[in-house]
Amino acid sequence: MNAMQATRLVAAREIRVKLRDRTFLISTVVFLLIAAAATILPPLLSGGPSTVAVTEAAAGPLRAAGLEVLTVADDAAAEQAVRDGDADAAVVAGPAVLAMNDAPNDVVAALSTEPPVRLLNPDAVDPVVAFLVPFAFAFIFFLTSQTFGVQIAQSIIEEKQTRIVEILVAAVPVRALLAGKMIAGTILALGQISLVAVVAVAGMAFGDNSALLSLLGPAIGWFVPFFLLGFVLIASMWAAAGALVNRLEDIGGVSMPVQLAVMLPFFAVIFLNENVTAMRVLSYLPFSSPTAMPLRLFNGDAAGWELVASLALLLVTAVGFLFAGARVYEGSLLRTNGRTSIRTAWRERETLG
Amino acid sequence: MTNVLRLDAVDRSFGDRQVLRNVSFDVVAGRMTGFVGGNGAGKTTTMRIILGVLAADAGQVTWQGTPLTREVRRRFGYMPEERGLYPKMSVREQVTYLGQLHGLTAEAARRATDGLLERVGLAERGNDLLETLSLGNQQRAQIAAALVHDPEVLVLDEPFSGLDPLAVDTVVGVLRERAAAGAPVLFSSHQLDVVERLCDDLVIIAGGSIRAAGSREELRSAYTTPRFELVVDGDAGWLRDQPGVTLVDLDGARAVFDLAAGSDEQPLLHAALRRGPVRAFRPVSPSLAEIFREVTK
Repeated sequence: MNAMQATRLVAAREIRVKLRDRTFLISTVVFLLIAAAATILPPLLSGGPSTVAVTEAAAGPLRAAGLEVLTVADDAAAEQAVRDGDADAAVVAGPAVLAMNDAPNDVVAALSTEPPVRLLNPDAVDPVVAFLVPFAFAFIFFLTSQTFGVQIAQSIIEEKQTRIVEILVAAVPVRALLAGKMIAGTILALGQISLVAVVAVAGMAFGDNSALLSLLGPAIGWFVPFFLLGFVLIASMWAAAGALVNRLEDIGGVSMPVQLAVMLPFFAVIFLNENVTAMRVLSYLPFSSPTAMPLRLFNGDAAGWELVASLALLLVTAVGFLFAGARVYEGSLLRTNGRTSIRTAWRERETLG
Repeated sequence: MTNVLRLDAVDRSFGDRQVLRNVSFDVVAGRMTGFVGGNGAGKTTTMRIILGVLAADAGQVTWQGTPLTREVRRRFGYMPEERGLYPKMSVREQVTYLGQLHGLTAEAARRATDGLLERVGLAERGNDLLETLSLGNQQRAQIAAALVHDPEVLVLDEPFSGLDPLAVDTVVGVLRERAAAGAPVLFSSHQLDVVERLCDDLVIIAGGSIRAAGSREELRSAYTTPRFELVVDGDAGWLRDQPGVTLVDLDGARAVFDLAAGSDEQPLLHAALRRGPVRAFRPVSPSLAEIFREVTK
């Protein structure tokens, strides 16, 4: 058996155990429900076309505008239909539009002549969407890297705490152990966000939001490689943090820098996403680029070479952190007396090749 | 004999503290070797070095004449001192997993697991999560985990601690089978009575150095002072005045005594018979505990 097979076995076990974990399953379902609700509900709640009560004589232009028409005998019946709630609005002689407490814009528009409008920046994004999308990207990266990073750390600590690590290390290379865990974490994290993405895209298609979909498409496409590398970066830190302690209770003490490395970019992207200069800087910094760069693309501010440059920078950083994390992991995995300092772990390489 | 696990001049320090000093001994195929020593004597460190969990500062460990590599060690079975398997996995699943990590195919690992769980009396509990088992049963699972890949060499750190007598018998039975099948079995223990009952060979370590090593009988005769037990009908106190005799224990009619080197025990027997009936007269071999005390002094 070689290191590759060992890695595969380790990863398969991690995934198998996680897929049976009730907390993980429930959180995934909740995620999916949120994604579905966020994309399907808004168009449904806006209620579709209004129902308008009108006499047959005046119904023509309303039908042509795609409104639901409720044909009534006279204006009095039309008014009654609105009062009874059978119709959202009524059109009576005058012509006048009747409604309970909210002017029905679609009915008014159907009866008026609008001047032609020429948009000078047709790609500009709806302000609500412009607010929600950065939030969604930052939130997904934050939550996923946090959840699965912590999971990697916990799995490492579990093996240290139960000392099964001695049996494992006697049988397979230390790096295969770490690689298996990282790969499993990445597969699970990517799997979860892919499911969320599929549900969100299906929701947008279902809710007839294809305009938004075509806008978001490239950003989502670029988000995947950024997410992948960003995740490896964060997960390497979690792996090192997990290897430094022996008991789950102690993880808080070493995980602060990791938490900050996830949290600060999250808030920076949320609060500074309208500041062009700040976003340009954030889109190159490895910890914030996974969310900041796809956002700049979404807002139409990023050139193709910028994406590639930022991704390359992130790749180099992630690989560097991966090797550093692996070294700390190797140096502290078998030190089971209390907490190991990073410096000791860096120097100490207990295991034989 | 080539089927020997040999430690050759192994040193190891933790920081400034040297915990192993020039440790050398053999674990011979087909024999149970007991590894005894007080707390902190270096037993666990030695076993970790054999399994490659720790590196030796100097010296080497060989199996069949070749220095150990991970490939070779993968065919070893190891039971660490501080037990641990995955609490939230079923016994069957994790023993199978460990079998696969040691190079078995999924199918072979499953078959070996089923057979072993049957053998250690855990077949019924195989699908239960480890954490729901009693400590004794967890230990049986641990034994199964160490044996699942049919190891060539067995290294077990305190395999009997925390076991009830029934479980001790099961584990002893399993280990004897492996030894009989030709595997060298090294096990540490501080329960000297268990070791005395089980081991063919013995290695005694104290303060990081090997104080004695060899077969149980060799050690016995090497550390035997000529000691005898005499039981008569009357009082055995007269022995005190015999030349060359040092009384170790006197209890009315029963006496235990050492003879000075070069003295013959037969005249003493004759002297005893002249005084009355002799109920028992026999050489006393020292217990392991006594040898242990002697060599670790």
